[in-house]
Amino acid sequence: MSDVTRLTAAELAEKIQNKEISAVEVAQAHLDRIAAVDKTVNAFLHVDTDGALSAARAVDEDVAAGREPASPLAGVPLALKDVLTLSGIPTTCGSKILENWVPPYDATVTRKLLEAGIVILGKTNMDEFAMGSSTENSAFGPTRNPWDLDRIPGGSGGGSSASLAAFESPLAIGTDTGGSIRQPASVTGTVGVKPTYGGVSRYGLVAFSSSLDQAGPCARTVLDAALLHEVIGGHDPLDSTSIDAPVPPVVAAAREGARGDLSGMRIGVVREFQGEGYQAGVTAAFEQAVEVLKNLGAEVVEVSCPHFDYALPAYYLIAPSEASSNLARFDAMRYGLRVGDDNANSAEQVMALTREAGFGAEVKRRIMIGTYALSSGYYDAYYGQAQKVRTLISRDFESAFEQVDVLISPTTPTTAFRIGERVDDPMAMYLADLCTIPANLAGTPAISVPAGLAGEDGLPVGLQVMAPALQEQRMYKVAAAYEAARDAASGGTLISRVPELEVR
Amino acid sequence: MPNISRDEVAHLARLARLAVTEDELDTFAGQLDVILQSVARVGEVAADDIPPTSHAVPLTNVFRDDLVRPGLTQQQALAGAPATEDGRFRVPRILGEEA
Amino acid sequence: MSTFAVLDYDEVLERFDPVLGLEVHVELNTHTKMFCGCPTAFGAEPNTQVCPTCLGLPGSLPVVNAMAVESAIRIGLALNCEIAPWCRFARKNYYYPDMPKNFQTSQYDEPIAFNGSFAVTLDDGTVVEVGIERAHMEEDTGKSLHVGGATGRIHGADFSLLDYNRAGVPLIEIVTKPITGTGARAPEVARAYVTALRDLLRALDVSDVRMDQGSLRCDANVSLMRKDATEFGTRTETKNVNSLRSVERAVRYEMTRQAALLVDGGSILQETRHFDESTGTTSAGRRKETSEDYRYFPEPDLVPIAPSTEWVDKLRTTLPEMPWERRRRIQAEWNLTDLELRDLVNAGAVDLIAATVDAGATPAEARAWWVSYLSQEANSRGVELAALPITPPQVARVAALVADGKLTNKLAREVIDGVLAGEGEPDEVVAARNLAVVSDDSALYAAIDEALAAQPDVADKIRSGKVAAAGAIVGAVMKATKGQADAKRVRELILERCQ
Repeated sequence: MSDVTRLTAAELAEKIQNKEISAVEVAQAHLDRIAAVDKTVNAFLHVDTDGALSAARAVDEDVAAGREPASPLAGVPLALKDVLTLSGIPTTCGSKILENWVPPYDATVTRKLLEAGIVILGKTNMDEFAMGSSTENSAFGPTRNPWDLDRIPGGSGGGSSASLAAFESPLAIGTDTGGSIRQPASVTGTVGVKPTYGGVSRYGLVAFSSSLDQAGPCARTVLDAALLHEVIGGHDPLDSTSIDAPVPPVVAAAREGARGDLSGMRIGVVREFQGEGYQAGVTAAFEQAVEVLKNLGAEVVEVSCPHFDYALPAYYLIAPSEASSNLARFDAMRYGLRVGDDNANSAEQVMALTREAGFGAEVKRRIMIGTYALSSGYYDAYYGQAQKVRTLISRDFESAFEQVDVLISPTTPTTAFRIGERVDDPMAMYLADLCTIPANLAGTPAISVPAGLAGEDGLPVGLQVMAPALQEQRMYKVAAAYEAARDAASGGTLISRVPELEVR
Repeated sequence: MPNISRDEVAHLARLARLAVTEDELDTFAGQLDVILQSVARVGEVAADDIPPTSHAVPLTNVFRDDLVRPGLTQQQALAGAPATEDGRFRVPRILGEEA
Repeated sequence: MSTFAVLDYDEVLERFDPVLGLEVHVELNTHTKMFCGCPTAFGAEPNTQVCPTCLGLPGSLPVVNAMAVESAIRIGLALNCEIAPWCRFARKNYYYPDMPKNFQTSQYDEPIAFNGSFAVTLDDGTVVEVGIERAHMEEDTGKSLHVGGATGRIHGADFSLLDYNRAGVPLIEIVTKPITGTGARAPEVARAYVTALRDLLRALDVSDVRMDQGSLRCDANVSLMRKDATEFGTRTETKNVNSLRSVERAVRYEMTRQAALLVDGGSILQETRHFDESTGTTSAGRRKETSEDYRYFPEPDLVPIAPSTEWVDKLRTTLPEMPWERRRRIQAEWNLTDLELRDLVNAGAVDLIAATVDAGATPAEARAWWVSYLSQEANSRGVELAALPITPPQVARVAALVADGKLTNKLAREVIDGVLAGEGEPDEVVAARNLAVVSDDSALYAAIDEALAAQPDVADKIRSGKVAAAGAIVGAVMKATKGQADAKRVRELILERCQ
């Protein structure tokens, strides 16, 4: 295996600018790695070899001509979750209903990546329409966790997290509606960030739940995530919910944090996210992380957010409701799959037959729950009440952030579970997002950073750091400080301990 | 507390344009029942005087100027269509009312 | 089958009071669509005015057109509505192939304008105050072409072809409060309301208001109340009412149809009905297996609209003179009686006369041309006055030529005929047909001398002071000049000659 694939994005970018290695060589090394391991991992749904190499060549030309790099990540490869459009390359959202759909336009995130000289390797696997916590709901087969191939890589962005942990890519883009960036990061020992809602454009992000969806950076280090965050963030006039404000200074914050001083910082442990239901190894790793943060000079207190207990049920009303409407457009009329068009069936029948054949079980379940929750007789008790709970959760955050600078919790209650373990038990599956959902409901940012391995199974645990809206620099600083201290104490990065994959 | 019957699931599937099978009706009826019982917990929260949140960030008045932006060509628009004819999307006969 | 029976109109009114509710959809004349930058021009090649957003492609997002919001607020203000200080868009969820997202982005319980009123004047001058429930913003659907089958209609078609150019065009839906107490005049009130609304929207310059092109569409809700009833009856909603005349016919037909059912002991089904222009009747749409539940919820992809007082006040200052205000002003300026004004309004002549006045004619000249000579011409051609192939500036030019003595009234009518016949501008017709008044006195003296010589006895009478005898000589001169002389001038010259 080439050492190139083990480098961080920051290191790769520097070596490319210093002409130590060409962007084409970097891209090729990662394409080779994908070819070698992805039959096993199944992180990618589509690999764009030509696109990647030509983007890399353009970066090399800039370097040769002595031009300023397009961004601090010029020439660095990236894996794009298959829920963001890239013109001319299939976007499937992990669904049969979109199996052959080729979008005629670029998502704003995609455009920013391309303009930054980032080399898009391909599109990554995901739970169908981002609904799931294991990537088992992909119509194109599950992705495997490089830490243990029998286990899930998290979801919905399991393809993106696994591509990082398998060294197929140093950077990835995920989307996080209830935890789909942070939970996969947690179970694969990688870093994942959900930015403030409105901080990164949703234009071109195929909607699951419009008021919760947010694209964000995935990487193997906090600094790499910050560098990517600054590339994709910022106002977009094509997204009405995009915030017209500068991207928080997250790169500076990550660099500052890495110096290891958190004195003066107040950190709150969420009382509601511990205890029963949390795997012992997760609790132990979390408690150890709290000690590390104290040693870095932070003041750590416990904070109660009483309505966080209701975040999960509120989420499982709001997200399916919006999804039932967002996914109505997949009707076999204008694009995507069409089933049963035999010149006898009506348009209505063809719609129903196509949606039946094209959607998987979890998508159907959520569409029906959402249809139920929005029905006139139930709206107030379900959707309406969930929107009120949402207000209360935002208020919990507000009062917590009057006491502390950031909140912390385990990212998810358990380490990676086994493939197949929860597929027939939707409620058990939903618990994976227990700790991540409040930030989606409130629109606030959060990061998951590797917090060691659980004692009982040797699998990665994630530490979640939550910040107030548009205050991402706080959580990056804490995460970077913690990452540096943890790496130093254990003699290396957590990701370096991932088992070697069998290369085929 | 909800108690979702097979018939109600069939009704939801019809509303959502899902031609579910008989087997699925049985499975989904059980699963939706469990899920809805669980999410009904939101009702435990006293929230009568709490305003609902529909948007995570409190923005208002986001508009664009009335200026034409380039769109798609007819060829691009139809490129993903299952069937086309005369520059239009061809779809099976529509049972609905006259629009 | 009693379904197709209708009750005699007088009998309907003996037993029932009609209740109307009118929903008018108006397509705004913005350059671009409601939520994307695609153009809105009518009649483009199919699917050439589309983008990811209005095609509902995965990942696309809407952004509200500011001009559409301004138009909505101006319409609300013109209809004396309150403007919501804060309102949202909502999704109306239902599946239909002409709707790319299978939901319509509309407004539900938070319309931008609500609780207004609109005074509508009937043909005889009666004023009916129509309450406005709401005016809200939404988007139009695409268009379907039904292919195969005998009729080209949806029923029996083999397949359909969809064009999404219209999808996403901004619509304002204006909904009245129930209109009661109009009795026999309900159909007329319906037509007058839509007519007045059309004139208002045209004055606001927010829409083309072309019913024939669908930029103004009316759905008529009609129900009947028994004379002794205290609650409204079940209503039907009639769609596809595509002209002002159809509005009146559709309401009248529904009244007679519903009455026949009710007196027969039947009940009215709350349903959507379809108006057929050719038969003047309505027919039921396909019955839905379940009652419609649109599962409205606030549109999460759009943020709320909160028009500031300053913004609304600024828009208020942009309101033009309202059609009824203008009529009042015109009546005063043109010195018209109520009856004269109403005749002008009913003849569709007000705008034409006003434009002719704007082009330089006096109100009396302009009125004279449009309500007499040109109205007769329109009648004989069977067209609306406005459809005659002559423009107000052309009429004004003819009037100016008459005023300058360059044309007689008789010659002027010939010039008008020439313009109507497509012979060009008035001056071109004058030249081509050689219609100018003979104003050269020397030419007239020659003709006068000739006539006096031909009738010496008449000449003597004039010379002896019998001025009235000059008429015979005037007639002879006019004949000799083929009518192209100014008779008054000829008379002056004759008297001068005979002094």
